[in-house]
Amino acid sequence: MAYPYVSNAEVRVISQYFGDPTHRRIDTYVKRGGYKALEKALALEPDAVTEEVKASGLRGRGGAGFPTGIKWSFMPKEPTRPHYLLCNADESEPGTFKDRELMRWDPHQLIEGCLIGAYAIRAQHVYIYCRGEFFEVNQILAKAVEDAYMKGYAGEDILGTGTTIDITVHQGAGAYICGEETGLMSSLEGDRGEPRVKPPFPAAVGVFGMPSTINNVETLAVVPHIILNGGEWYRQWGTEKSPGTKLFCVSGHVRKPGNYELPLGFPLIDLIDDVCGGIRDGNQLKAVIPGGSSVPLINAEDARKCELDYEGCVEVGTMLGCASVIVMDHKADLVKQIRRMVDFYAHESCGQCTPCREGSAWTARILRRIEEGQGTEEDLDTLMEMTEQMVGTTICVLSDSVAAPVQSSISKFREDYLELIRSGEQAGAA
Amino acid sequence: MAELITLTIDGQEVSVPRGTTILEAAKKIGKLVPHYCYHPGMSSPAMCRLCLVEVEGAPKSMPSCVTTVMEDQVVHTDSQQAVGNREGVLEFYLVNHPLDCPICDMSGECDLQDYVHAEGRAHGRSEEPKRVFGRDDFGGDVLFYGDRCVMCTRCVRFMNEVEQDQRLTVVERGNRSVIDTFFEEGLEGTHWHGNIVDICPVGALVSKEFLYKARAWDLEHTPSICPSCSQGCNIELHTRDNLIQRIKPRENLEVNGWWMCDYGRHNQEWMNRGIRLSDPLVQTQDGVAEPMRWRDALDQLLQHLGVIGKVGVKALATPFASNEDLGALAELVGALGGGKMVYRSACSEEEIVLRGFPTLARRKDLAPNTSGAELIGFTRVGDDEAAGGLEDIAAHDGIVIIMGDELSDQAEDFGRDAQLFLYLGDQQSPAASNAHFVFPLTNFAEQEGSFTNIAGRVQRFSPALEPPGMARPGWFILGALLAELNNRDAPLNAAESFSGLASRIEAFAGLTYQDIGDRGAVLNETLVLSET
Repeated sequence: MAYPYVSNAEVRVISQYFGDPTHRRIDTYVKRGGYKALEKALALEPDAVTEEVKASGLRGRGGAGFPTGIKWSFMPKEPTRPHYLLCNADESEPGTFKDRELMRWDPHQLIEGCLIGAYAIRAQHVYIYCRGEFFEVNQILAKAVEDAYMKGYAGEDILGTGTTIDITVHQGAGAYICGEETGLMSSLEGDRGEPRVKPPFPAAVGVFGMPSTINNVETLAVVPHIILNGGEWYRQWGTEKSPGTKLFCVSGHVRKPGNYELPLGFPLIDLIDDVCGGIRDGNQLKAVIPGGSSVPLINAEDARKCELDYEGCVEVGTMLGCASVIVMDHKADLVKQIRRMVDFYAHESCGQCTPCREGSAWTARILRRIEEGQGTEEDLDTLMEMTEQMVGTTICVLSDSVAAPVQSSISKFREDYLELIRSGEQAGAA
Repeated sequence: MAELITLTIDGQEVSVPRGTTILEAAKKIGKLVPHYCYHPGMSSPAMCRLCLVEVEGAPKSMPSCVTTVMEDQVVHTDSQQAVGNREGVLEFYLVNHPLDCPICDMSGECDLQDYVHAEGRAHGRSEEPKRVFGRDDFGGDVLFYGDRCVMCTRCVRFMNEVEQDQRLTVVERGNRSVIDTFFEEGLEGTHWHGNIVDICPVGALVSKEFLYKARAWDLEHTPSICPSCSQGCNIELHTRDNLIQRIKPRENLEVNGWWMCDYGRHNQEWMNRGIRLSDPLVQTQDGVAEPMRWRDALDQLLQHLGVIGKVGVKALATPFASNEDLGALAELVGALGGGKMVYRSACSEEEIVLRGFPTLARRKDLAPNTSGAELIGFTRVGDDEAAGGLEDIAAHDGIVIIMGDELSDQAEDFGRDAQLFLYLGDQQSPAASNAHFVFPLTNFAEQEGSFTNIAGRVQRFSPALEPPGMARPGWFILGALLAELNNRDAPLNAAESFSGLASRIEAFAGLTYQDIGDRGAVLNETLVLSET
């Protein structure tokens, strides 16, 4: 028994040392084989590193699931201007807490991944944009980066190879939208964290107007293992299209919530019933949000069919996202949960695009009214119609994230809403 | 010439240079895609989401303000998808907009009003209480009504990118976002901030000076040229009750883009001045100025000229006069045997350049037509306050003609020795008490004419106000006089007067009013340079 909960079903590639505070120390990390992958990578051509990652089939762990090696290959091969690698450590999606743990327990694994990634895309500077509220994590990261510099793994002439890669840890100021890749860039440049229109894409015009690649913490944390063991090795887990392992952060009404590293394609119901010890108090499963609060929720029936990989989630009408599994049992106040999420998005909307700025706050107000028993059935139609206007009409997908839980909950759990509406009407009549 | 791209917009083929946006391409075929945040003079954040159009093959609607055209692209601005999007976005705008059109200065020329009337829902579905910001004084001439704001950020971008004096920003996030100033002084001390009122698509930014003065639909718009410096910004005079209520810039990329300075924008009081000369006055034997009909006054002047003969002329004109007025005066001086022709003009110490549009500046020379005056043969005298330099004219014993200059720095004995003292002006002047003839002129806003700006560009302005009584343009009065002297027909309009000028002054040769049009025409450059 260790790190809050562990399970025999786990395959612990990147989470192996979770719960071991000595692993933060660079000496321990190196003793356990750390920075060997960096050494190996620096002996290769940058493109060979990218090829290895391509071969692994690793897909971005931030939510979109774009193949990492292919993303890296978009960067110019002959740099005429500075390139930047950005590590998105602004983990803010409600229900998500995997990057925090990765940085907290194994900061050097991430730093090694960053250095290898930077080498592959010919960048000489890495920015780790870390969520502002992660005070402890920021301190751990800063210390780890300092140690990496001291030991010659970062900075000028890394390990005597002549390669120079600097790492800067940047502490955000607490805005969810800065986790959106272009919003992160605006913020890093010192502007308001506002997403930008794409195209141009970051590989052409990124941070400071230079070619940039942005990867999630978990993605970069996997990279040293792929370099060390080969792309083919990573494919022993997961499915053909979604290879490898993935951290699942499970929260909600399960007995053992926590981070579990499992092969992709793992059945959702097994995650809930076996790995997490089942629903609390012997209650019934009602709904699951498998990928963080911005993906559609599914009912128990679909949850039993769902396999946790990028394709399996789409099959049941949702998305894997960043694999933040939020489980609700039959006693959950679903409307309140949805309202709470929408409140969050309304608060975090950057305010640029009209559908998001106005729509998210409007949605929140209607939901609040329904929750308080002042809603009508027409409100549900209005919600369905207006959230439709928020899908695919804005610069980034925050707006879509408001629509997903609202639309999926109304279409799958309409009775929950109607119950509140009817009870309000009865109270009004009485 | 950039490569041309051919695409189809709403079934119509159009060819535009590579790099053109869909929105601009649509303008070419007369389709205006509704938009707020886009402005051709600034960067486009594509955030209002109103200009989304359907592009065949694209996975979702595209913002037409930043999406550039592609060969064989098929675009629909009026499809179900595009119109549906606009209806949705417009409803979102009205969730918090106060709909206080009846007391809003922008009402009648508001893009939100127009678009909602055209394509919005008949009834909004929002029942929730609206968010309230209230009113804020931004300093300078600008008041901010936060509740009306559509968050297009044009004002912020104007200050950042065009004036390049960062005074405004967006504070807060989500639907709590609001435009604000950084410090107490706000826009105070900036020189171009009036433009943010123009580019605000709604009534969020309004002019303090114009506030509650007139409804937009009661204003008449007259194309004109700003008379406040030698830049010659293209403007519109907005009038009501025979008064200029406000001045707005008129787009002309060759001169002022979409902008004008605050100095020119608010320099209108003099055009509305009430106390005016309205009758021709002729000095009688006993020194009394007697009002007369034009016919009689001109007859007496001709008689007087016949008596004194060619005794040498000294003429002073104002560079606020049109090319036509100055040309007629120069011709008259010639017809009377020639002499000295001068003008006085006030100058400021420095130019105020609009950094984001550097060909536009509030010029040092604060008169609209010094270039025209120089080309027509007048030379500058006096100091930078447009004072002094008239000693020889004041004491001249031949013919003295003053046109437009109010002689405000001159003594009452000005022109006492003159055998003929003709004063043409729109105001009575104490220094004109010796004048034998005082003729009432229309002012700039009351007449048609043209100015030549600092770059040698001739631009036309039109009458926006009714002149008082018998006041007439200088070219008209002097044209009638010259017709008698030279025994020919007088010019009937400013265009004819200008053709006369073009036939006499080489710099203007070959130019007609038609050529000048409403965009202006540049004079032969070598001639302009050699003259100045």
